[in-house]
Amino acid sequence: MSAGGITAEPPLAAAPPPTAEPGRFGRYLMVAVFLGPALVMLGVWMVYPAVYTVVRSLFGQTGFLGTWVGIDHYRTLFTGSYFVTAIKNNAIWVAVVPAFVTAIGLVFAVLTERVRWSVAFKTAVFLPMAISAFATGVTWRILYDQDPNQGAINALGRVVSDAVTSPGVLSTATPSTTSLQPHGGGLLLKTPLHPGGVALLGLTGIAPQDMPSGAKQAVKPAPKPGDVDGVVWRDFKPGGGKPGVVEQGEQGIPGVTVELHDSSGKVVQSAKTDASGTFDFTDVPAGTYNAGVGAGTFAKPFGGYSWLGTRLITPSLLIAYIWIWAGFAMVVIAAGLSSMPRDVLEAARTDGAGEWQVFRRVTVPLLAPVLSVVFITMIINVLKVFDIVFALAPESSQSSANVLALAMWYTAFQGGGNFGVGSAIAVFLFLLVIPVLALNVRRFKREV
Amino acid sequence: MRRSSKVHRNGATRLAATAGVVAALVAVAAGCGGSKKPSGTTTSSTSNVSGTVTFDGVWTSSTGQKQFQAVIDSFSKLYPKVHVNYKPVGNNLPTVLATAVAGGHPPDMADIAQPGTIQQFVNQGKLKPITYASSVMDQNFAPVWKQLGTFNGKLYALVFKAANKSVVWYNVPAFKQAGVQPPKTFTQLLSDAKTIKASGTPAYSIGGAEGWTLTDMFENIYLRTFGAAKYEALGQHKIKWTDPSVTTALTTMGKILGDTSNIAGGTSGALQYSFNQSVTNAFTTPPKAAMVFEADFVGSVILASTKAKSGTGFNTFVWPQITPGPDASAVEIGGDLMVAFRDTPAIEAFMKYLATPQAAEIWAKQGGFGTGNKNVPASVYPDPVTKAAEAPLLTAKSVVFDMSDGQPPAFGGTAGQGEWGLFQKFLQSPSNVTGIQQQLESAATAAYKK
Repeated sequence: MSAGGITAEPPLAAAPPPTAEPGRFGRYLMVAVFLGPALVMLGVWMVYPAVYTVVRSLFGQTGFLGTWVGIDHYRTLFTGSYFVTAIKNNAIWVAVVPAFVTAIGLVFAVLTERVRWSVAFKTAVFLPMAISAFATGVTWRILYDQDPNQGAINALGRVVSDAVTSPGVLSTATPSTTSLQPHGGGLLLKTPLHPGGVALLGLTGIAPQDMPSGAKQAVKPAPKPGDVDGVVWRDFKPGGGKPGVVEQGEQGIPGVTVELHDSSGKVVQSAKTDASGTFDFTDVPAGTYNAGVGAGTFAKPFGGYSWLGTRLITPSLLIAYIWIWAGFAMVVIAAGLSSMPRDVLEAARTDGAGEWQVFRRVTVPLLAPVLSVVFITMIINVLKVFDIVFALAPESSQSSANVLALAMWYTAFQGGGNFGVGSAIAVFLFLLVIPVLALNVRRFKREV
Repeated sequence: MRRSSKVHRNGATRLAATAGVVAALVAVAAGCGGSKKPSGTTTSSTSNVSGTVTFDGVWTSSTGQKQFQAVIDSFSKLYPKVHVNYKPVGNNLPTVLATAVAGGHPPDMADIAQPGTIQQFVNQGKLKPITYASSVMDQNFAPVWKQLGTFNGKLYALVFKAANKSVVWYNVPAFKQAGVQPPKTFTQLLSDAKTIKASGTPAYSIGGAEGWTLTDMFENIYLRTFGAAKYEALGQHKIKWTDPSVTTALTTMGKILGDTSNIAGGTSGALQYSFNQSVTNAFTTPPKAAMVFEADFVGSVILASTKAKSGTGFNTFVWPQITPGPDASAVEIGGDLMVAFRDTPAIEAFMKYLATPQAAEIWAKQGGFGTGNKNVPASVYPDPVTKAAEAPLLTAKSVVFDMSDGQPPAFGGTAGQGEWGLFQKFLQSPSNVTGIQQQLESAATAAYKK
């Protein structure tokens, strides 16, 4: 403390000059304090587990280390059908997704480049990136539901399909007796009929709430000379009843078109059933006939495609994944586009090049660095895809939709706890990603 | 320059000092973390046993944690100096336990639903026998329940909570409309199913997206066709999956699975229905199917997701008989077994308490709980349908555990693989019996090889 006035600070020469050693020590201490925690965490959480995983993949299935098995687990990885499917699926993902994502992103970016509403459009396309892949998987699983009443995509399919062929009145009905046989999509009563005969067409498998409105108790009509009449009815009463016999409590089915086939199979007459299910073909010339119901009555409604079934699950996943990432590609490429020199494009246009030629010969080559960024990022993302497959594919399709990261999780952390094979998969995945990563790093270095 | 380096050194030292203080504070705070001692009235305690019990449990806040905490609380009244710390882990409990055991720090006790996992722990020597609870169990349980907790000849587990899996839930109005009664035999079941289909509703609701619903159906069929002894042998892989008995059981099962038009959603639809969906399918209006083959926990799903009422909307019947005989009405259960990784007086006290009827009654009163404790009166169950579903547990002479839970988890408990995945494949093509048998056998061999 100064006594007052100007304090004469001790001349610097008087104090022992801080030598270089403490300065450097101080600097190293600063480095240690700031970088140390990060290095320690990297070492503990990344380097050690990575090395341990590689070592672990050469040892037994369970336990901390187990017994030495050499490359046994790698052999399982490349021969077991469960894992081969995963490798195959990953190959499909790598082949399809980066290409499609880049292409779609490029198309969107170029098309909306100078449109007024480009910002709104880009925001809308980019929004899926804001949702977690797991939530996307759950949402798309509902969209893909096979039941047209639940899944939006199949509901759309039903609208289209019903416009083409409307579903029949009795799509679930089946014959109640063997005398009624399937015939050309409809049903035909095999028992031959003559004028004055009565045809009995009994159907089951119709729920009471699905009966057409206005149905009344079925009535077996009396035979009429010169006519062929009959009844179409719901041949079921609680307990089953007697098939082929019109009983009390069984309802006739109104509004069904019945056809009369002559002996050559040609339809000579058709009639509609009334409220009690009876129909009447009048003035039938002599001969042998068969009665039947046309195919239109039994047309099944659109059942929905099985998007989540084992055959279509991977394409369904690819669509959902591309939906998420196309926005990312579009935004990055649009940024690259906006920083592109315009004079080259103008020069090309004045030279007489069409828009498509300008796009193919000038725009795309100039955008090549940006496109490669997007492409390589997508390859790395796709190699480790997990959450969308886990969330979207129902359990019955998980082995068909299998990818390496999912297989690793199931093998190591579900069920058997097979850490040996799980580690082998992890090492394999690592080896797959390294070349792509190295490419990325080299590109960064070149740019810098 | 020199001054700056002096400041630099001072700054570095100050920084180091602060870091050290912070680290020390963190260490102290971590070390101080401990359970709050409950402040409560001390009733005249029956025991001076004291200690802490750490318990890793599968029940989370929506699946029974509250009910189990009520059991713990009533235990604390009897043993106020013992503190049971319950940690809800969820369905990943086997994995969490395996990791904890491998790392050398398992909890004191756990409830495990898979005897296969318990067998693995016993083989590794990680569990402590609970022979001290033997007499309490003799007082309260039929011998078969003690047998279920015995591994390698010693008593290691107590079956605390049991779920009757040999029960079928049916839609009462749908059955009435079809004019059928709940079937007593399998042949009657098949003919009833035909009648129900003729009435316009598919008979079966199958949650094929989850493989365990299919393995449960197979196990019930096998149990009722060949009896408990052969069932156990198949479960331990003493009988191969290529055995003719398995062929018979699979062919029988194919009579249900192959009846595509009689399954809600058909085969492809059933493969995508989760268990919960399969339950709601059978009890919505109008119902998509008339019955669901699954355990007593179906009841809570019905009440939670549909408007069906107990008795008038839904009811249960016992899994139909296939081969008449003493095992014709054997009961297959799923359940939770209590095990202990250490042996202290506190753990012994809690384990013995869990075997008493009082412990079981606390949860049973709230529903969603079944027990084999024969001293629990059937009147404790909250409604008639639950009582009908759980009562067989109290009287059953022949009780077996869910086979897939008793097998190595890689075969019997992994989604999309092993038994679960192969039975889903079987649902897709129920005529391919020999093919599925061979695949089951090779998967089982690989899993049992370890």
